[in-house]
Amino acid sequence: MNPTLDQLCEQFGRLVGTVPVPSKPPVPTASSSVGPALGLPVAASGEGRVAGPASESGAGLRPADQAAKMAAHPPPAPTGPIQKTDHAAKGYDLDVTVAPTQIVMAAEIMDRAGFGLDAITGVDWLAQEQMEVVYDYFHPTAPGRVAVRTRVPRARPEVPTIAAVFPGANWHERETHDFFGLVFAGHPDLSPFLLPEDATFHPLRKDYQP
Amino acid sequence: MTSPADSAVRPGVNETFVLNLGPQHPAAHGVLRVKMTMDGEYVMRAEPVIGYIHRMHEKMGENRTWAQFLPNTGRIDYLSALHYNHAYVAAVERALKIEVPRRAEFLRVITSEMNRISSHLVWWSAYLIDLGGLTPLLYAFDDREKLLDLLEAVTGSRLTYTYFRFGGVYNDVDEAFLRGTRQFVREFRPRLKMYRDLVTDNIILRKRLENIGPISAEQCRKYGATGPVIRGSGVAYDVRRAEPYSVYPELDFEIPTRPEGDSMARYLVHMAELEQSLRIIEQGLDRLPDGPVLGKVPRVLRPPAGDYCFAVEAARGRFMVRLVSDGKDIPYRVKLRTPSFSNLSLFEETSRGMILPDALALMGSLDLVIPDIDR
Repeated sequence: MNPTLDQLCEQFGRLVGTVPVPSKPPVPTASSSVGPALGLPVAASGEGRVAGPASESGAGLRPADQAAKMAAHPPPAPTGPIQKTDHAAKGYDLDVTVAPTQIVMAAEIMDRAGFGLDAITGVDWLAQEQMEVVYDYFHPTAPGRVAVRTRVPRARPEVPTIAAVFPGANWHERETHDFFGLVFAGHPDLSPFLLPEDATFHPLRKDYQP
Repeated sequence: MTSPADSAVRPGVNETFVLNLGPQHPAAHGVLRVKMTMDGEYVMRAEPVIGYIHRMHEKMGENRTWAQFLPNTGRIDYLSALHYNHAYVAAVERALKIEVPRRAEFLRVITSEMNRISSHLVWWSAYLIDLGGLTPLLYAFDDREKLLDLLEAVTGSRLTYTYFRFGGVYNDVDEAFLRGTRQFVREFRPRLKMYRDLVTDNIILRKRLENIGPISAEQCRKYGATGPVIRGSGVAYDVRRAEPYSVYPELDFEIPTRPEGDSMARYLVHMAELEQSLRIIEQGLDRLPDGPVLGKVPRVLRPPAGDYCFAVEAARGRFMVRLVSDGKDIPYRVKLRTPSFSNLSLFEETSRGMILPDALALMGSLDLVIPDIDR
């Protein structure tokens, strides 16, 4: 009933494996090949995660263990976006990066696996001209915490809503729209929620001036 | 008789009206506004309007050092301050790999559970006032006063604690605290029995709460509702067991659940948790080791770049801190995932079709703290 992390990895692997690599990328997919292509510093500050599997997936594992693990479970084709993490070091067990268009399908994977919606939030990466959206999931009856994330260009910060999969996402997305100006396409009501009703500003953007 | 649903699809047959509840209303538990579309006494739609005491704690987190943000965490859910302290300091400790002495971990658990009891007592009193019972508050606050006195002596404050520090706790406890806490545990057990006899088994309370506001386990999952809400729907989800932290794995306690999912189930889960917290406090006092209460902590905190989460079981459910560090002495991002926000988000769906007094019984059973929603 409760899927193991390996089963989840496989499902997410199939999901991100289907990303068509755009020849002229208008929306940067946050899959493994994109980090260097966008000029992101590899294994640099702020984002060890886009740097590839070697930087973090082995955290907390001895090399021998890691080799055994790799042999037992050969990683899916693009290994970058799906990383098992050490809960004791990070506070979650699986870190998945998908393209913005795959967010709803990722939510469906989590829903089918019995996960609950923990939180949705944004991170403004001003220097890289990107906005990150992070979806946290918890499982009510089994261990395992999953973080699903995606990146969109700051100039056009838009991701589809997952409110149809998790109705609780409605409020989290509205809040994230308040704070970051992220647009959740298909959301029923993105009017100011925690901010004053006439607010037009987004205070958690790094270039926000009060 | 037409059901409320009929009149919704046949406008003009019965007119609906909007009832504005709050933001200043004695039944609204603080500055919460609910815009209710009513058909007579039936709730067609109850839309919470929140943000009246929004303070943007998350922005404050990006404007001060890691240590300077710590006092903010005690002011989000002001009834559950120590749990919020705990999640934040433990997230930073996780990022910096700071070791916490065992005595400090036990003190964290003991004081956290005292905080849980004092929080549940406030919920209990306020909820019974919602339901028309004014007297229990006078008893509950009598008990709570003893807890606040004990916590004040060791933490220095009565409500918005900042007792936990990176690497331990601020102050060691003295003999008077240990003696007083044991005495409280001794005296509180008979009070719990009295509360059960006088209030919980009261036929009026039962009639007000049983079968009122049923919430399914599936709804809890879809909305991310946690704490006594999900446990009242039969799911034994408790962060202390699901993502074990501190010394909770060493302690023997149960996770009370009720299968019914109604307001009475949530009430009974709260009451059972009081007893479990007493058990944890007793075990903590019995096993409290000697030693330092503060570990070695660097003078300037600069967590390595990356993101770090830490979740705790606060009095109202899962509270998670998500930190993003870019390696500087100021957080890049502090996300606060608060239980009341998620718990309230299912109110609109679950209150549909209820009569107003029942909807308020449901709202009270969610154990809302408004600053926890608004942040």
